[in-house]
Amino acid sequence: MPALQILISALLAVLVLAGISMMSKVRTAVAGNLLSALAMLCGIVATLLFAGVVSVWTIYVSILIGALAGSLLAARVKMIQMPQTVALFNGLGGGASALVGLLSTHGEGAFVRFTALLAVAVGMVTLVGSLIAAGKLHRVLPQKPVVWKRHALCTLLFLVLTLGFVVAGIFAAGTGLTVCVVGTFLFASLFGLWFSLRVGGADMPITISLLNSLSGVAGAIAGMAIGDVFLVAVGGIVGASGLLLTQIMCRAMNRKLRSILTGGTMKPSTPTPVIENEELVQRIMDLEKRIKALEAMVADLEARVKVLDGQLNAAPAAPAGEAPTAAAVLSRAKDVIIVPGYGMALAQAQHQVRQLADKLESRGARVRYAIHPVAGRMPGHMNVLLAEADVDYEKLYEMDAINDDFKNTDAVVVIGANDVLNPAARNAEGTPIYGMPVLNVDEAPEVIVCNYDLKPGYAGVENPIYTRDKGVYLELGDAKETLLRLISEIA
Amino acid sequence: MIHPLILVAVFLLSTVVGYFIIRTVPSLLHTPLMSGMNALSGVTIVGAIVATGVAFLAGEGVFSQIAGGLAIVLAAVNVFGGFGVTHRMLRMFDKKKK
Repeated sequence: MPALQILISALLAVLVLAGISMMSKVRTAVAGNLLSALAMLCGIVATLLFAGVVSVWTIYVSILIGALAGSLLAARVKMIQMPQTVALFNGLGGGASALVGLLSTHGEGAFVRFTALLAVAVGMVTLVGSLIAAGKLHRVLPQKPVVWKRHALCTLLFLVLTLGFVVAGIFAAGTGLTVCVVGTFLFASLFGLWFSLRVGGADMPITISLLNSLSGVAGAIAGMAIGDVFLVAVGGIVGASGLLLTQIMCRAMNRKLRSILTGGTMKPSTPTPVIENEELVQRIMDLEKRIKALEAMVADLEARVKVLDGQLNAAPAAPAGEAPTAAAVLSRAKDVIIVPGYGMALAQAQHQVRQLADKLESRGARVRYAIHPVAGRMPGHMNVLLAEADVDYEKLYEMDAINDDFKNTDAVVVIGANDVLNPAARNAEGTPIYGMPVLNVDEAPEVIVCNYDLKPGYAGVENPIYTRDKGVYLELGDAKETLLRLISEIA
Repeated sequence: MIHPLILVAVFLLSTVVGYFIIRTVPSLLHTPLMSGMNALSGVTIVGAIVATGVAFLAGEGVFSQIAGGLAIVLAAVNVFGGFGVTHRMLRMFDKKKK
């Protein structure tokens, strides 16, 4: 009864879409997610009935095993591990689609063979790519792009071979078909490995979004192979969502998707300037220390002069202007913008960030958070971490919504962010971040930088904010400790 | 068997409609959105069920049944884990304001 099946599938697909559109508002998002899950459950039951496989007991055993493992993982995983968890789940979905494709390769007709092989290809790329991405995010694999000999050429070769086997499979039969299946499987896996290994840390948000899209496409193609409308529809929706996120991420980094896939991966332009930069940074840090020491001496001298003056005039002198410190700036500030970055995630400092904000707010200051679209390692990464620390989501502002306010604010606190606020992106032509939209932190009168060190960020471009004449306070070291110190120092 | 053209049309339609609905989701919720989509991509469990069931009923070899079972397990982890973490994240956002 294909008509009824199509009708029910369409209805369930609409339910899924309704669930997604409810996810556009925080208040309805929880219900939206549950609605999508419910639609999925109905889809599974409907499939059992329509395919006439209700009596197959192995299905239930398998579902039970997967459900237990998945639920356990979902309940146990820490928020900080979310990027790699999402990547891992994503890969499993791709792997499942590849297996469905594998099982469908012996079906009737060219369309079935073609889609089945294509599902194997896209599924394996998703599986291998996601596992590598998860490994990088979990720090068991190098964060830096790994580039092997003739990397770009091999990547291209594997892609062409994969497509070649898929197309050849349309016309193949018997042993020839088996060869095509094995070839597709092998070269799609190799392509996934090669392309994901050369993606570096900061390109992760784009890669994860893309893999997300691919896992949906893999599902949709597998759905075509077995003729399941529901699977095709939902796979298409997921594919579109991932594609949209990929687009947003690319725009936020001013990068072309192709350059990330085919080897234009961001890397420091040349090794030498980095070393020079490090020397420069070291010198700046040393200077900073000496300035601090000199300031302390000056304050000490002023105090002694004051004492002498007081003795001479027997009248109290006007209070000398205190040496500006980050804590003093924050004590005075009435309007503060906090800029979090991946460093906050690394230091797990989101709770201390919240404490700092609470302290400032208790003193009557207005505190907002400026979130760059690619801050962190996946779309919306910072929002999740701050939500975990109970920060009200209405205080989280997107880049475009807050970028004009930096010049009117009293102080900006940067927590482990670098490239997303580097003004060099506006004018340093030829650097990897040139043209990338950045937060206008440099327009703020006072900038407090709570970064681990002053090393250039992932893009390897020096940040001129660190070396500007005044209004910058470098509070280096572990962000957690720095923040706790700042909180205690704010009078 | 459903005609291939219908399947391709469904794919295109859902992609376009999905694209425009998902555009309304603010970047604030992009991680839960992605993780929810991730869970949805486990919809391939439906395909795994059909393939396994057919293999079982047709009395096909052990390989097909193991591969099918594995596909179901992987997809189930994806579905349950995906919806689970999405739910946890969304609940964090929706905490009552003080």
